[in-house]
Amino acid sequence: MSDLVMGAVAYDPKVVTIWEGFKAWLRDERLDFDFVLYSNYERQVEDLVDGRIDAAWNSPLAWVRTRRSATDRGLQARALVMRDTDQDLTSVVVTRADADIHDVADLRGRRVGTGALDSPQATLLPLSHLRRLGVDPGRDCEVQRFDIGVGLHGDHVGGERDAARALMARTVDAACLIDGNSLLFAHEGTMPAGATRVLTQTPAFDHCNMTVTDAGPVAELERFSELLQSMSYSDPRVRPLLDLEGLKTWKEGRVSGYDALERAVDETGFYDDAGHVTASDYRP
Amino acid sequence: MSPPPTIDLEDLGLDRGAHLLIERALRDLVPGDRLQVLGRDAQLPIHLRAWCRAHGHGFEADGPTIVRGDADHARWDDAARVGAATPDGLAARAGPGWGLAARGALVEAGGPEPRFELDQRDQLWADVVPRLYAQALAGQWDPATAIDWDAGAQLPADVEAAVVQVMTYLVENEMAALVVPARFLGRIHPYFREVVQLLAVQVADEARHVEVFTRRAELRGGDLGVSGAGGRASLQTLLDEPDFVLASFLLSVLGEGSFLNLLGFLDEHAPDPVTAQVAHLARQDEARHVAYGVAHLEFLCASDPGVREQLRVAVHRRHDALAQTAGLNRQVFDALVVLAAGSWSPADIGRGFDAVERLQAEMDEGRRRRLTRLGFPDQDAAELSALHTRNFM
Repeated sequence: MSDLVMGAVAYDPKVVTIWEGFKAWLRDERLDFDFVLYSNYERQVEDLVDGRIDAAWNSPLAWVRTRRSATDRGLQARALVMRDTDQDLTSVVVTRADADIHDVADLRGRRVGTGALDSPQATLLPLSHLRRLGVDPGRDCEVQRFDIGVGLHGDHVGGERDAARALMARTVDAACLIDGNSLLFAHEGTMPAGATRVLTQTPAFDHCNMTVTDAGPVAELERFSELLQSMSYSDPRVRPLLDLEGLKTWKEGRVSGYDALERAVDETGFYDDAGHVTASDYRP
Repeated sequence: MSPPPTIDLEDLGLDRGAHLLIERALRDLVPGDRLQVLGRDAQLPIHLRAWCRAHGHGFEADGPTIVRGDADHARWDDAARVGAATPDGLAARAGPGWGLAARGALVEAGGPEPRFELDQRDQLWADVVPRLYAQALAGQWDPATAIDWDAGAQLPADVEAAVVQVMTYLVENEMAALVVPARFLGRIHPYFREVVQLLAVQVADEARHVEVFTRRAELRGGDLGVSGAGGRASLQTLLDEPDFVLASFLLSVLGEGSFLNLLGFLDEHAPDPVTAQVAHLARQDEARHVAYGVAHLEFLCASDPGVREQLRVAVHRRHDALAQTAGLNRQVFDALVVLAAGSWSPADIGRGFDAVERLQAEMDEGRRRRLTRLGFPDQDAAELSALHTRNFM
């Protein structure tokens, strides 16, 4: 058996390429590393907390559940590392440039398109943000969810893209997106340049992290962290893998960027304090 | 501390190409330097944050300001230029990581390493290659316009049948001459691009030859001639040769070399203008194919004299493989005689027979001359030429 086993969610076939590549590199560096793939984040979180895997490449929502679940079991969860691109993201709520919606209050009585129900960036965080600005989604405005890849915590871009398409097709009045996809959708023509207007932008939040608990193998996890952070974008062996995984460098993990998501989870009752799934219509 | 440099994007957004201006401004800065970005696009701060994150730059909302990262530099740290763009000073062996990159390009490390087994200069190169390629392009002709397909009157039926038989034979030989280089084409390293280009045109030449010989065979509406097992067995030995140098030697130097004489013979003795024209035009192309084969083998034999022994063994091996076959079928030989005779008078048939005998002597002489160019002593050249296939190609 390997000294260190990590879980990752197979939201896309490239996940195999990425982690097979990292595995070979880590083994070259004398870390006996292996990984297992999951079809959704919930099972991965449960296996981490149950000690069946030593580390979990987690979505922000999976981090929230792991933290709660681990605490309930008397364990301490922490973020070992994260990508440079996982820090300080924002989401936006956009409307069409020609819409008679000029601020968030104008969304009352309108329809807001979101990503899948478990997407932090395209559903939970922007809806919570609207709530804080005085518009309660589901009560003050209608929410139309685009449930693609449920269980993948928004890793699948399809839900966000469908929300953007619905906005341009005028079947919703506003759409929730992560900032990077707002640029991506402009480039790919889903939301042509100049066709949309931003109503509001969330405060910055953090995205994925490599979650571990204090029950894991201490020395191996430390070595894992050191090796990941030593990966250099100038190394042609790992650069294609870093490109695929969407980072330039691994950074020390931090958990200061998840407060807004913790709040959104509580507001929607997605998980309880002990990390049980309590969202009624969630079938990962 | 002096204020950071600024760039004003005016109304241009990152959704409409503003990254080009930003990257241009960042070019003069070193990692850690700041660049303030001004502009009137309402989504600029949002898009700039996302763009910086994706490209490894820091982002400060105040300004907004970019903190220059080093990822764009890091990508090219180990990049290397694939030699000079011109063929002077070619590397002896192409690097596997150069792949499909243009010769002379700056190649990022870490790309795929496609397998091109033919990656050594001496296996492939001759200084005349770029010039032959230029000539090949200039010498392309269109069968629809280069040949007057309506020229000439109907031939006597037996003479027409002889022409059709020769054309039938030419088609299968030209098809072999198409398939053999085509099989090697995808195995040659693209670094030797002129060789790839030249062989690509050579394949196209043969495709055209197959077309015009077929069209001449069908011109009067009769059936095509016969295809003998011995002739096809001879061509099969060319298809079965896995080594580029040996295949090139057997096909281009000996086979197509002999065909130069055969096509010249057809041009001279053709009983009708269409046959003369197709033979004449095909011969021009074949001369280039022979020139490349001889030139690159001459280059190779000069750098590695031991290659000559491999060439000698290849001729013997092919001869042994074909010893139990008929070689050129009787119908083709007889058809050449009738074609050269042009009639059935005993005197003309006698002259035709003599002409075919002379043709074979000329083929032998040509082969010996080319073998001598490759450095074989006269006696060896004569012996090897005599062992060449009776099927000519």
